[in-house]
Amino acid sequence: MKTSLFRNTLMAALIAQAFTFAHTAAAADKIIKIDGSSTVYPITEAVAEEFQRAKGVKVTVGESGTGGGFKKFCRGETDISDASRPISQKEMDACKEGGVQFIELPIAYDALTVVVNGKNDWVKQITVAELKKIWEPGSKVKNWKEVNATYPDKPLNLYGPGTASGTFDYFTEAVNGKAKASRTDYTPSEDDNVLVQGVSGNTGGLAYFGLAYYLENTDKLKAVPIVAKEGAKPVLPSEATVMDGTYQPLSRPLFIYVNATAAAFRPEVKAFVNYYLENAPELVKEVKYVPLPKADYTAVKEHFKAMKPGTGFNGTSEVGIKITDLLSRIK
Amino acid sequence: MEHKASVLENLADVRAMIKRHKRNDTLFAAIGLLCLMFGLVTLMLLFWQLIADGYPKFNIDFLTEFPSRRAGRAGLLSAWVGSLLVMVVTFLTAVPVGVAAGLYLEEYAPKNWFTDLIEINVSNLAGVPSIIYGLLALGLFVYMLDFGQSILTAGLTLGLLILPIVIVSTREAIRSIPVSIREAAYGVGATKWQVVYDHVFKYSYGGILTGIIIGMARALGETAPIITIGALTFIAFLPPSPITTEPPFLNFEWLSSGFTVMPIQMFNWLSRPDHAFHVNAAATGALIIIVTLLMNGTAIWLRYKIRKNIKW
Repeated sequence: MKTSLFRNTLMAALIAQAFTFAHTAAAADKIIKIDGSSTVYPITEAVAEEFQRAKGVKVTVGESGTGGGFKKFCRGETDISDASRPISQKEMDACKEGGVQFIELPIAYDALTVVVNGKNDWVKQITVAELKKIWEPGSKVKNWKEVNATYPDKPLNLYGPGTASGTFDYFTEAVNGKAKASRTDYTPSEDDNVLVQGVSGNTGGLAYFGLAYYLENTDKLKAVPIVAKEGAKPVLPSEATVMDGTYQPLSRPLFIYVNATAAAFRPEVKAFVNYYLENAPELVKEVKYVPLPKADYTAVKEHFKAMKPGTGFNGTSEVGIKITDLLSRIK
Repeated sequence: MEHKASVLENLADVRAMIKRHKRNDTLFAAIGLLCLMFGLVTLMLLFWQLIADGYPKFNIDFLTEFPSRRAGRAGLLSAWVGSLLVMVVTFLTAVPVGVAAGLYLEEYAPKNWFTDLIEINVSNLAGVPSIIYGLLALGLFVYMLDFGQSILTAGLTLGLLILPIVIVSTREAIRSIPVSIREAAYGVGATKWQVVYDHVFKYSYGGILTGIIIGMARALGETAPIITIGALTFIAFLPPSPITTEPPFLNFEWLSSGFTVMPIQMFNWLSRPDHAFHVNAAATGALIIIVTLLMNGTAIWLRYKIRKNIKW
């Protein structure tokens, strides 16, 4: 008994001593720190895995969400921030205050997919106007009949991401015309698998989420072709329709924000970003997202090489923007 | 005569009453058993489902591989090592502080309003949601003390979280020592510390240990506070080894290393679109439950063993 108590005290003393060690150690190692959006996470994880295997540089990736990621990024705690939406004005101010300059790099597309139950045989397409009627703030639509008079008399059950999600922001912007403006009487979940389960267990269900979650559940769910404007052709989300720009307005670019100082002065960070852009076409596809067209990756690479800091957005996201236009805005 | 008659007269009533009361007895026993089964069967079914789902991943590779974007290749290595190291810090902080605090409150502290206040606080702290500890730790350890998002921060946070459990169980264990033991020790001239250390602490050791292990088992499954302080999700390397081949043979760099723990890895896999990852998540869940059960089992066994050695 005596010895074990002695051992405990000794260890407590060692721990206390360790507090002093804790700091000095962190600065020395070359770890690339990444945090941010959980939507972009699978892509960055894939790149980090391969890069670490190939170059032996340590990379860590967190998923605090786009907002949480920017908080750390603007305090200079991370080297790269994953983002499923452009940086906001508030976050730009925070970065300025923290003395962090960033390089904005689009790295892939995500197609927000509107899905219905696999047994739903009446919806062949949906117009953005119909989506708006369903999802706009204060909407009272509770039955498929109210969406379109030709649809059967079936209750409409809505599922969607929570309000903290970038998917929610983009969808509401694209459909309702204002980010975060949405009806609130739907079943929200931050976990897309819960939305998948909701719709697959409910014949009258409808939800929206990233394409990857639909592609893994095609046996239970049906994607609805989107009609962008009156008279336009209905378009199903797919790699081809997103890449050629016809899947509108629900395809959105995903970004990484690179700390400009880290990119300029730390060769491993620069090497990582180059590796990211070089291997994105295959790796993005592998994790079921849509890569940018080849020419766009070349443009993004040039942009990174030129080390142009700043954003092409005004602190808000835009629907249907071209990557090349975006890059050319940053001088 | 009359008295005897009345008993005989009421005999049927009395029998009916006894029967009714016996029926209530059985009824309550049945309800109690049902309630017990409800909890137990639910846990068993959940556990069974986790094992059935995660079964393909029950192999050594799962424990020796780093996380990966390919579900088949992904393993738990960084997560279980992270969990283990965090637990080490938690143990080394919560146990000495908690046991000492419990001993002090029970044996030394004077009975006044200040001690009462502390007591109420300790009991309340045991009921505070764990996310609150995460927020406290984010402000205190991560930013004010600048420990960063490290194993040290996580270990200290979970240490704080289980501190009330350790204190309360220490006090309860101490309270079960009969006063006569203390009086006997004082009677032969022992000092307070001799009484506390050689008798009170030694005899209540089993109970204290149980509290510690149950606290540690709780800390192992905690996710919310660890996410709040900023644990990573993808980390494909291990923290620097605590033991080195050169003097002084101990290395403390691991304390400041980034990390992930098993519940976070499980959460991440569960939120993936690819169903193959859900198998990994189920296997991780089963592993966490098995480890927790083993810890609790050890606690029960140790308590039994230590109690057997006490001869009053």
